[in-house]
Amino acid sequence: MHIPDGFLDTKTWSSLAVASGAVMAVALSGKAKRISEEQVPLMGVAAAFIFAAQMINLPVAGGTSGHFMGAMLAAILLGPWAAFLIMATVLIVQCLVFQDGGLLALGANIFNMGVVAVGSGWLVYNLAKRLMTTEKWWRIGSFSGAWISIVLSAAVVAVELSLSGAVALRQALPAMVGVHAIIGLVEGVITLAVLEFIYKVRPDLLTFGGAADE
Amino acid sequence: MNKWVWVGLAISLAVAAVLSPFASPWPDGLERVAEDLGFDELASEIPALASPIPDYLVPGISSEGLATSLAGIIGTILVFGIALGLAKVVGERRG
Repeated sequence: MHIPDGFLDTKTWSSLAVASGAVMAVALSGKAKRISEEQVPLMGVAAAFIFAAQMINLPVAGGTSGHFMGAMLAAILLGPWAAFLIMATVLIVQCLVFQDGGLLALGANIFNMGVVAVGSGWLVYNLAKRLMTTEKWWRIGSFSGAWISIVLSAAVVAVELSLSGAVALRQALPAMVGVHAIIGLVEGVITLAVLEFIYKVRPDLLTFGGAADE
Repeated sequence: MNKWVWVGLAISLAVAAVLSPFASPWPDGLERVAEDLGFDELASEIPALASPIPDYLVPGISSEGLATSLAGIIGTILVFGIALGLAKVVGERRG
């Protein structure tokens, strides 16, 4: 879902760069929940894993591939603000070092995969936490949050493309949402698999969203 | 840093080094949509900035699989270091 340069027009990429910069400033300013001493190395490992996993494109359907994004996983492990910083770190390194995602589109990519994916996934995850009475709520919450994070950020990409005049929204929206509805299932499976693994070996690392509770 | 940090980092490095050469070369969701709807040619041919390791291939290595693995290892360590540093900064601010 990394947007290359050329897809977005100046007003769109520059607005999104400003928006992402503002969120970055808030995340770094200390308004974000403080990261505990125990969570400092976890943030490094989570970012490293997300970068590595994003390299692995899996074939999904009809000659199309998709890879893990990790926004929901990062938010569950460390809370939404740290998750934003993790996604931004991964995207900046991918853009500057590996030429993955355009330089002018970097703010847009951070907005889509940092703000939209983390925000929407976190919202759905917490909705599950509130509404569900079963103690296994986090399994359903993390899977559906991961799915939503992919599908909603794909929809936002479609809106950005149409605002830029690259393609009509009525074409881009169903196409982007359609293919990412499948990629989102992969996101859900991997997110849940990683959480189940951590649950088995280090359950104390999983506060299941409690990490960012006040 | 305790043991599990190294376990987590080792798993990440293994994914980046061992699995990355086997990643699907098919276009991703956005690339597929761009091709299908015909706006893929809008993508800039010349990058705004020259990257040291373009397309996850360390330059000068003839084996594509090895070049990809090395790119994965470099990127994973780089991201680990930056995120660790960020966590310390964010943590210390209110610590």
